[in-house]
Amino acid sequence: MSRSRYHVTRTSRTAQVAAFLGAIALLILIAAPWWAGRAELRLIGELCLYLALASLWNLMAGYAGLVSVGQQAYVGFGGYLLFALTIFGGLNPVLAIAIAGGLGALVSVPVAALIFRLRGAYFAIGTWVIAEVFRLSFAQVSALGGGSGTSLPTGIVRSLADGRAAREALAYWLALGVTVLVVASVYLFLRSRKGLALTAIRDNELAAASLGIDIWKTKFLVYVVTSALTAMVGGLIFLQKLRISPDAAFSVNDWTAFVIFIVVIGGIGTIEGPIIGTLVFFALRETLADLGTIYLMVLGLVAIVVMLKAPRGIWGLIRSRFDLELFPLGYRVQQKQDKGA
Amino acid sequence: MDWVNAIVQGTLLGGLYALFAAGLSLIFGVMRLVNIAHGDLIVLAAYLGLTTSVALGLHPLAALLVVIPAMAGIGYVLQRGVLNQTLGDDILPPLLVTFGLSVIIQNALLEGYTADPQKMDAGALETASFGFGGLTLGVLPVLTFAVAVAVIAGLQWMFYRTPLGRAFRATSDNQDIAQLMGLNKAHVFGLAMALSLAVVAVAGIFLGIRTSFDPSIGGGRLIFGFEAVIIGGLGNLWGTLVGGVILGVAQTVGAKIDPGWQLLAGHLVFLLILAVRPNGLFPRVDA
Amino acid sequence: MHDPILGIRDLDAFYGDFQALYGLDLHVDAGEVLAIIGANGAGKTTLLRSIAGLMKNGAEQVRYRGQPIGALRADQIAALGIALVPEGRQLFPSLSVEENLMIGGRTGRKGPWSLDAVYNLFPILEERKAQASTSLSGGQQQMVAIGRALMANPDLILFDEISLGLAPIIIKDIYAALPGIVGEGMSAVIVEQDITKALSVSSRVYCLQEGRVSLEGASDALSREDISRAYFGIA
Repeated sequence: MSRSRYHVTRTSRTAQVAAFLGAIALLILIAAPWWAGRAELRLIGELCLYLALASLWNLMAGYAGLVSVGQQAYVGFGGYLLFALTIFGGLNPVLAIAIAGGLGALVSVPVAALIFRLRGAYFAIGTWVIAEVFRLSFAQVSALGGGSGTSLPTGIVRSLADGRAAREALAYWLALGVTVLVVASVYLFLRSRKGLALTAIRDNELAAASLGIDIWKTKFLVYVVTSALTAMVGGLIFLQKLRISPDAAFSVNDWTAFVIFIVVIGGIGTIEGPIIGTLVFFALRETLADLGTIYLMVLGLVAIVVMLKAPRGIWGLIRSRFDLELFPLGYRVQQKQDKGA
Repeated sequence: MDWVNAIVQGTLLGGLYALFAAGLSLIFGVMRLVNIAHGDLIVLAAYLGLTTSVALGLHPLAALLVVIPAMAGIGYVLQRGVLNQTLGDDILPPLLVTFGLSVIIQNALLEGYTADPQKMDAGALETASFGFGGLTLGVLPVLTFAVAVAVIAGLQWMFYRTPLGRAFRATSDNQDIAQLMGLNKAHVFGLAMALSLAVVAVAGIFLGIRTSFDPSIGGGRLIFGFEAVIIGGLGNLWGTLVGGVILGVAQTVGAKIDPGWQLLAGHLVFLLILAVRPNGLFPRVDA
Repeated sequence: MHDPILGIRDLDAFYGDFQALYGLDLHVDAGEVLAIIGANGAGKTTLLRSIAGLMKNGAEQVRYRGQPIGALRADQIAALGIALVPEGRQLFPSLSVEENLMIGGRTGRKGPWSLDAVYNLFPILEERKAQASTSLSGGQQQMVAIGRALMANPDLILFDEISLGLAPIIIKDIYAALPGIVGEGMSAVIVEQDITKALSVSSRVYCLQEGRVSLEGASDALSREDISRAYFGIA
């Protein structure tokens, strides 16, 4: 058997099909303002933003081992900066969201320096303390409504685009665009040298360290980038809502618990997991929403059962059965099609 | 005198925070488990106390006789039924499962008791006070602090002077070898969680007598407990009491400067100590 | 012929995908000292861990006093009277010397061993009883590990590499104490790198090689050549 009959490839038939179907789905989603009603458009936009949050949390916890329960800090930060920069700075909301991302990165540097001193589960609760500090601090700003919050002035809303339909379409496209940006960045990052190093760290921290991979620096970078993107997503969430308050902006249940459940149900440590988890989460929510608190109890229960019985999530179950990878990260050895025989 | 008063009241408040923290510290010491639902369990204990005292016409403190065994039983069953399966090198399973529990408990309480704030009626105890060196001290805060000291002294004694404490320390050191000594770790961990929730029961009742509570406040209690543990130094029970006191004093002094700063001041002091002494003030010196 | 106290039949053991034991058969007679020798990685420690319940086995693969114990947990096996002195001592660092001994006695089995009996055997431990176990010398730590196992008053005691890392003079002391230990009607299995030591204290010996028994016989009947062949696998 000669060696030339095998070749190493990163892609696969399935991945090519998936990319093709993904492109079609994206085109359909871009066209949504023309075919979807107001309520659906809002729902799809919200779904996109949850997918972005889930992908980012997955990058941190599933690859970098940074299990945070305080991402609401950056969601709320981004939301509040959108309001502050447009109301006090007179900035265009789109520009304000971009700047909120940059400031999110800036703020995350000293935060990381502090909470990276905590290990494991204590790191997790440390991130929650940070989120509480953010919440209490923004609640002190009386110009932004203090503890009861404020609405985005109509003048600023109008500056976005002419007419309500155009504004809602723009907010939707921004949400879709940021989500594509986030998923693509996570994918490209994980394919890069640093991303591979990250996966190596996750799989074996000791061995990775002995190979000279600087664990701290890579984790730090992931934390800062994730914070920036989460702040931008937060800005977009509250551009959709048009109203902000400390309790809504820094809600641990809305922006962290649900996001974690999405990732775990879908499959942590995979790019596909958050996508599947988001679809399952919204399907459950739309069918069980009338049940109110019961729905949330079911969600918590499903997450617990998945974690105990199928810790790799739904995508893990699918993958172990069919050996699929829609976002090809690893290399695989394939037998060449033998044309001669 | 106002400042002295703020510090004294803060110290007494710290007793309550130490009660929040002691159970958290215990299970982390024995099995390296951080229980995100800890705060929600404190709130659950408060509701159990409320229902018991109303249904049986008992004083809330007498309700402890019912709530402590009930919470301990819940702890044992929870540990053996669910949490033991999550223990291992990966921190995610315990974190996620206790997060799920937190959401379930919160919403179950909402379903059962609505979101309206509740309070336990402890009669004269709530308002009773006495003068001491020019200060007026509430009987309830002083009692809370004394109970916190007694609970921590009791845990300390149990941990270092009893066969159960020996079993906890041995299992914490090396689970396999402890198993060889005839200790069933599943049972030992169950007992540790039972004890942790027994302390949670005490914390919940004192919380419920002191202030009004609703199903959403669990997360905040978890954070106070966590901060007290870290400030005091991991694995040091008396340190946890000091951590609670520092947190309580920071909050009352912060509130004195500006009422809106009460919680913020506590968090900032915690972050400051984390920055200066990342291992807490009194970390356990490992032999 | 009487039944053995411990019988092992067709025992396999795995660490993930790595197989450490292959269909091992072995027995320990009541009251005997059995030695198990073999090179590093031959499966000696794995065998002891399997007997003590730290590895998952099939129920029938390990029988103790005629009862299948292969599927029991380590704490249940300890309660039946099997004690292991683990490789590398593995004392509890948070416990004092005396507490380490006391926790060994928590199965509550009756027998000749008590704190006093252990202190009689190793008088130095009584002087050090309040100290942290980690503050002792290697040999003293080994004494605590042995005493801790004895406190359970086991009927079968398993010693894993008790001379590893100790000075020759200490090894001599510890082996000198051995007859006093197993003389109490206990059965013992000794895993030992030092072949001469192993043969001198045991009545029978098994040699393991790559997870299989390569030689078995009475300790005084085996020749040096047989042993080297079984040990190193030189044909």
